[in-house]
Amino acid sequence: MIEVKNLTKNYGLKRAVDNISFTVNDGEILGFLGPNGAGKSTTMNILTGYLSSTQGEVKIDGIDILEEPMKAKKKIGYLPEQPPLYLDMTVMGYLNFMYDLKKCKLPRKSHLQEICNLVKITEVSGRLIRNLSKGYRQRVGLAQALVGNPDVLVLDEPTVGLDPKQIIEIRNLIKKLGKRHTLILSSHILSEVQATCDRVIIINNGVLVADDTTSNLSHKMNSDNRFTLRVDAPEKEAFKVISSIPGMVRVDSLGQKEPGSCDFVFETDEDVDVRRELFARMAERNWPILGLRSSELSLEEIFLRLTKDDSVTPMTPQKQVEVKQTVAKILGDNLQPETEQVFESAPAVEQAVSQALEQMAQGPAAPAEAAEGESAESQAPSDGADENDAPEDAGENDGGDR
Amino acid sequence: MLAIFKREMSAYFTSPIGYIFLAVYYFFAGLFFYIYVLYVGTTDMTGVFSMLLWVLIFAVPILTMRLLSEDKRQKTDQALLTAPVGLTSIVLGKYFAALLMFTIGEAITVVFALVVAAFQQPDWMVVIGNMLGLFLLGAAMIAIGLFISSLTENQVVAAVGSFALMLMIMLMDLLISVVPWEWLKNVLGAISLSTRYSDFTTGILDISHVLFFISVAVVFNYFTVRVLEKKRWS
Repeated sequence: MIEVKNLTKNYGLKRAVDNISFTVNDGEILGFLGPNGAGKSTTMNILTGYLSSTQGEVKIDGIDILEEPMKAKKKIGYLPEQPPLYLDMTVMGYLNFMYDLKKCKLPRKSHLQEICNLVKITEVSGRLIRNLSKGYRQRVGLAQALVGNPDVLVLDEPTVGLDPKQIIEIRNLIKKLGKRHTLILSSHILSEVQATCDRVIIINNGVLVADDTTSNLSHKMNSDNRFTLRVDAPEKEAFKVISSIPGMVRVDSLGQKEPGSCDFVFETDEDVDVRRELFARMAERNWPILGLRSSELSLEEIFLRLTKDDSVTPMTPQKQVEVKQTVAKILGDNLQPETEQVFESAPAVEQAVSQALEQMAQGPAAPAEAAEGESAESQAPSDGADENDAPEDAGENDGGDR
Repeated sequence: MLAIFKREMSAYFTSPIGYIFLAVYYFFAGLFFYIYVLYVGTTDMTGVFSMLLWVLIFAVPILTMRLLSEDKRQKTDQALLTAPVGLTSIVLGKYFAALLMFTIGEAITVVFALVVAAFQQPDWMVVIGNMLGLFLLGAAMIAIGLFISSLTENQVVAAVGSFALMLMIMLMDLLISVVPWEWLKNVLGAISLSTRYSDFTTGILDISHVLFFISVAVVFNYFTVRVLEKKRWS
């Protein structure tokens, strides 16, 4: 239904959207996620023909929005971030205006009435939009997008600024609309996307970082086994008992959250299921387990992981020197030749450190070999004593890392 | 285009702007009519029209200041530009709404002419020439005001900008008299609106003048479309 290919948008020198491609199938609800300023609104503005892309193409139902804008725009209903309402008009007057503007052919009265009923604005239809609350304005904005019954609905942060009750109402409405329309929805409220969308696209700094179904996405990011436990037991003893369970990797005490109990977070080896063992040991000591749940990564956490900035932002030269000194101090003699390089970003440091640690574990003889084998390439530029090559080098490692 | 035209017309009358424009226009027109025609006791209305010219400079920015700047500020342009409507239709819809408002204002001069005719038949060719001249001048000015409105998000900036530009155009003759270079005098003289307008007020109907005013309107409307188009690409 919607096809976006290599979409790029520059605002002067700033690149707001960088080479984004995705497709939305018929009847799908697509969530569009990203922190503020990631390029969500820009992408949506391009999709709807409000802005033009610097490069790339957008096709709505096979119609290019730049080549045949009239035909393509007829298929889209758009609710921008700020609903485009004329405050000096009444709700019905405004909807009638949009009806005329969109050159709608449906029977006017029944069509508008139906929309009003759907978004529940019938009782305010005679009032001036100026006098409506934020929630109602948002609904009128939504109603405006629905005029003409377009195949595609593009909603830019439809629930922003609403109270919880309104959010739920709008969310249900969106689900309902998703049955009849292809829907793109942007948000930074992730639970909303989780609740309403089939598929999620995450963009950060104008770059697409993830495109997957909601369940897949949380599944993929959830390879580690983490649990939260609430147990009615003395904290220190319980900590010892839990730690002694085989397969346990890490235990953290969270202290008392509910009177007469204490909370722990623990991580286990991947293939080990410790829950039965845990129960047995707690039962043995007559410590009732009040709660045990796997602390799955919420979409929030996935979102933060994917859009984490330190993997992108280069360090300042001063910081690079600092990090290098710290790494050298920690690793001491085991400092690898390649750690001589300037660290450009956090992953480069991580990689170098983990390599060094691996080799420390393998014993003193191993490093020389490993260094030869693995870092022959990356060493070459540093041999040339050309400092400028080093960051590039780190950049490559960085890329490989992801 | 019709949808936008209708909306803008209703917006003039749901906001004070339309009333202010008409009130100002009718008040000054009435004042000048009393001073130059009724008080003196003449059928020659040229004085009224040449004074209305100056009212125009104040009144037209009132009509045009809001048209595109407010859309940009309230982000309603997103609804317009994502609807299946061409930019030209959007601009022309707004332009003709302002033009109709202006025509409603100018229609008062018809009443004046009829009042005069009740006493003594005026020189109808001069009166009609005056009306046509004022209408064409207004049409050109509105296009200029609309263009200025497309450049800013702020109504006040749009109003002051249009006012300054129109005053400049009206004072062009003054400028011409002090410009030392002959060629520049010729160029400015050729684009001066007031010289052409004064021909109308004496009852001369010169087709080239008519075409000139229409051209100004067309060119500035075209510029406005280009400004909107450019916004999409920048």
